[in-house]
Amino acid sequence: MEALDLAPLDLARWQFGITTVYHFFFVPVTIGLVVLVAIMQTFWHRTGDERWLRLTRFFGKLFLINVALGIVTGIVQEFQFGMNWSDYSRFVGDVFGAPLAIEGLLAFFLEATFLGLWIFGWGRLHPLVHLACIWTAAIGSILSAYFILAANSFMQNPVGFAMNPEAGRAELTDIGAVLTNPVLLATFPHTIFACLMVGGAVVAGVSLWRMLRRPDDGETFRRTLRLGAVTLLVAGLGTMISGDFQGKVMTEVQPMKMAAAEGLYEDEAPASFSLLTVGTLDGREPVFEAKVPHLLSYLGTGDWDGEIRGINSLQAEYEEAYGPGDYAPNIPVTYWTFRMMITSGGLAMAIGAWMLWATRRGLTPSVATRTGRWLLRAAVVLPFLPLAANSFGWIFTEMGRQPWLVFGLLPTASGVSPTVGAGTVLTSLIGFTALYGVLAVVEFKLLLTTIRGPLPEAQPPQRVDDPDAPLAFAY
Amino acid sequence: MELTTVWFALIAILWLGYLVLEGFDFGVGMLLAVLARDDRERRVLLNTIGPVWDGNEVWLIVAVGATFAAFPEWYATLFSGFYLPLLAILATLIVRAVGLEYRHKRADITWKQGWDRAIVAGSVVPPFLWGLVLANVVRGVPLDADHDFVGSLGDLLTPYALLGGATVVALSLTHGAFFVALKTVGDIRSRARGLALRSGGTTLTLLGALVAWTALRDGDLAVWAAGAVGVIGLAGGLAAGARAAEGWAFAGTALAIAALVAVWFLALFPDVMPSTLDPAGTLTTTNAASSPYTLQIMSWVALAFTPIVIGYQAWSYWVFRRRIGTHHIPA
Ligand code: HDD
Ligand code: HEM
Ligand code: HEM
Repeated sequence: MEALDLAPLDLARWQFGITTVYHFFFVPVTIGLVVLVAIMQTFWHRTGDERWLRLTRFFGKLFLINVALGIVTGIVQEFQFGMNWSDYSRFVGDVFGAPLAIEGLLAFFLEATFLGLWIFGWGRLHPLVHLACIWTAAIGSILSAYFILAANSFMQNPVGFAMNPEAGRAELTDIGAVLTNPVLLATFPHTIFACLMVGGAVVAGVSLWRMLRRPDDGETFRRTLRLGAVTLLVAGLGTMISGDFQGKVMTEVQPMKMAAAEGLYEDEAPASFSLLTVGTLDGREPVFEAKVPHLLSYLGTGDWDGEIRGINSLQAEYEEAYGPGDYAPNIPVTYWTFRMMITSGGLAMAIGAWMLWATRRGLTPSVATRTGRWLLRAAVVLPFLPLAANSFGWIFTEMGRQPWLVFGLLPTASGVSPTVGAGTVLTSLIGFTALYGVLAVVEFKLLLTTIRGPLPEAQPPQRVDDPDAPLAFAY
Repeated sequence: MELTTVWFALIAILWLGYLVLEGFDFGVGMLLAVLARDDRERRVLLNTIGPVWDGNEVWLIVAVGATFAAFPEWYATLFSGFYLPLLAILATLIVRAVGLEYRHKRADITWKQGWDRAIVAGSVVPPFLWGLVLANVVRGVPLDADHDFVGSLGDLLTPYALLGGATVVALSLTHGAFFVALKTVGDIRSRARGLALRSGGTTLTLLGALVAWTALRDGDLAVWAAGAVGVIGLAGGLAAGARAAEGWAFAGTALAIAALVAVWFLALFPDVMPSTLDPAGTLTTTNAASSPYTLQIMSWVALAFTPIVIGYQAWSYWVFRRRIGTHHIPA
C-alpha cells in the first residue's frame, strides 16, 4: 500500500521539476533579452545609427524564437497546480491564488499585447510609440516575475496568513505582508539580476562568435559584444550582492536549507564555507576538505563569528515541533547545486571580463591565433553558464525546501492530487518530456540558423500611408 | 450582491472573453485546412490574427488564475478531475502557438506543412475539449464527499458533453470565417463569407439543440432567455452575412458564443461543480470560495485594472484594423 501511495507522488514531483526547470530555460532568456533589445532600439532611436537598428532586429529575432516557448511552457505551469497538486491548491489557494491571478491581469496581458504591437507594429506605429511597446513588454515580464516569486516566497516563508482549522487551509490576512515577504525582497532582485546575466551572456557570446566567424559585419557586433559583456558583469555583481542578502534571510527563515547547502551537521561558530568536500557527504567523515574560515558565518549572519546551526540540532528541534520525521532535504543535491550555481555564474563573469579585455580599444581578435580559438570556444559556452546557474539555483531553492511544500505548514506528500493515478501522471510525464525534447531541438536549430544568418535590412521602416504597401512584418 | 456571486460572474465573463476572442482565432486556424488555396493565402489568414492571438489566450490564463484565487476548491477539483482532457488541451495549444511563431521562419515547404497540421490540430482540439469540459461541469460529474473526482474518462464522454464540444468547434469555425471576411480583401474575403454561411446552418442547429437541452434540464427562465438571445444572434448574424454586412455578421457570432457561455453559467449557478454521486460532494459558490478578505482584495484589483486591459487591447485591435490581402504579404 505504501509503495502504491508513493508512486504518484514521486511522478508528480518529477513532472513538476522537469516542466518548471524547462520553463525556466526560456524565462531568463526572455527577461534578459527583452531588456537588452529595448536598450538597442533606444540607442538606435537616440543616435539614428542604422547599425543599432540592424542589431535590434537580429537579437529581436532570437528573442521572439525564445519567447514562443516561454509562453507555452508557462501555461502548463499554471494548470499543473490543480492537475497534480490539488490538495496543495485547496490548502494555499486563498493566499497563493491571488498573486497568480494578479500576475495574469497585470503582467501577462501587458506582455502579450505589447509584444504583439511591437512585432507587427514596425512601420505602422510612430517610432516613439513603437519603442514604448517593447519597454512596456519588458515591464510586463518583470512584473510577472515579481508576482510569481511572491507566490513562491510564500512557500518558502509563509507570511500574512492565518490557519482556518475548520476549512483546513491557510487564509490570507495581509496581502501587504505577502507582497513584501523578506524572502521575496531578496529573491526578486536576485532572480532578475540572474536573468540579466543570461541576457548579457547570450548577446555577448553571439556577438563575439559573429566577430570571429563573420568578420564582414564584425565591427557592428563589437557594439553588442560590449553591451552584453558589461551587462553580464554589472548584473553579476548585483546577483552576488543580492545572493549574499538572500543567504542571510535564508539562515533566518530556513536554517535547515543553509545547513543543507553546506552539509553542516553540527552547530558551528565561527563557521567556515566549504569550497569542496570529497568523501561521504551523507556521513560525517570527509576525506578531503577545502574550507574558507569564517566565510559561512559572514554569509549567513553578516557577522564573521556568527553561529550557523547544523542539521542535527535543527532535526531535533523540528521533531519536537512537528513530530517524528526526517526534516533534512537531500544533502548531496543541495550541497552541489548551491556550489554549481555560484561557480557557473562566476565563470561566466570571468569570461565576460576576458572578452572585454580582448576587444579593448578597437582590438579585434582573430581565429588565426590561439587566443582567438579559445575565445571562440568561450563564446560558445558562455550563454549556457549563467543559464545553468539559474537552473541550479532553482533546484537548490526548491529541493532545499523539502520535505515541505509550504515550509512548516504542509508536507509535500500531503499536497499531491489524491485521485490522480500513477498511470495518468506517467502518461503526462512521458508526454511532456517527449514534446519538450522535440521542441528544444527545433528551437535550438532555429536559433543556430538565425545566429549564422545575415544581419537584417538596414532601411529604417517607413511609415507608409499607401494601403497597398506590403506589411513590414508578416508571419 | 455577495462577493462570491460577483466572482462567479467575473469568471463567467473571463470565459466569455476567452471563447469569443480566441474563438475566432481557433476558427482562422481551422480555415487553414479548408479555405486557403496556397501558401500566400495561408499567410494572409495567419496574419489576420498575428498581432492579437497571444493577447486573446491570456484571457484563459486569467480565467484559470481567477478561479484559483476566488474558488480554490473548484480549481483543484476541476483540474485534477479533468486531467487527461486538460493534458490534451495543453499539448495542442503548445504545438499551435509554436506553429504560429515558427511556421514562417523557414521557406522549406515540408517545414511549413508540418506546422500547418499542428496549427489545425491546435485549433480544433482545444475548442472541442473546452466545450466538453464546460458541458461536463454544468451537467455534473462523480465527486466524492472530499470533492474529489472519482469517475473515469468514460464518464466525461456523454452525448451532452460531446454536443457541447461540437457546438463550440462549429461556433468557432463560423465566427472565424466571418472574422476573415471582415479582415481581408479580394477573393479570400468572399470565399470566407461563403464558408461562414455554409457552415452557419449546422452551427445554428447544434447551438439550438445544445441550449434547448440545457434549458430543459434546468428549466430556469433566464437560461431560456440567454439561449434565445444566442440563437437569434446567430441567425441574425447569418442573415447579415448573407447581405455582406460582415461587421454585423461577426457581431452576431460573437453574441452567440457569449450567450452560450451565459447559458452554461446561469444553468450552473449557484453550484460551480455539481456532484452526480454524493450531494455533499457538490461544490457551490459558497463552499468552494476563498475567504471574504481575499475576494475583497481581488475585487479591488479587478476593478482597477480590467478597464485598463480592455482599453489597451482595444487599442491594439484599432492599430491593426486595416484589411489585408495577398498583395500585402512580403515575399
Ligand atoms: C522569474 C520569473 C518567472 C518564474 C519563476 C515563472 N515564470 Fe512563467 N513566465 C515568465 C516569468 C516567470 C515570463 C518571463 O514572464 C514569461 C516567459 C516568456 C514569456 O513570454 O513570459 C512567462 C510565461 C508564463 C505564462 C504564459 C504567459 C503568456 O501567455 O503571455 C504563464 C501562464 C506562466 N508563465 C505561469 C508561470 C507559473 C504558474 C510559474 C510557477 C511555477 C511560472 N510561470 C514561473
Ligand atoms: C521557475 C523557476 C523554478 C524552478 C526551476 C523550480 C524547480 C522546482 C523543482 C526542481 C522542483 C522539484 C523539487 C522536488 O520535488 O524535490 C519543484 C517543485 C515545486 N515547485 Fe518549483 N521551481 C521554480 C519556481 C516555482 C515557483 C515560482 C513556484 C510557485 C509559485 C513553484 C512551486 C513548486 C511546487 C508547487 C512544487 C511541487 C512540490 C515539490 O515537489 O516540492 N516553483 N520546483
Ligand atoms: C556569490 C554568488 C551567489 C550567492 C551568494 C547566491 C545565493 C543564493 C541563495 C542563498 C539562494 C537560495 C535562496 C533561498 O532558497 O531562499 C539562491 C538562489 C538562486 N540563485 Fe543564487 N547566488 C549566487 C549566484 C548566483 C548566480 C550567478 C546565479 C545565476 C546566474 C544565481 C541564480 C539563482 C537562482 C535562479 C536562484 C533561485 C531563485 C531564488 O531563490 O532567488 N545565483 N542564490
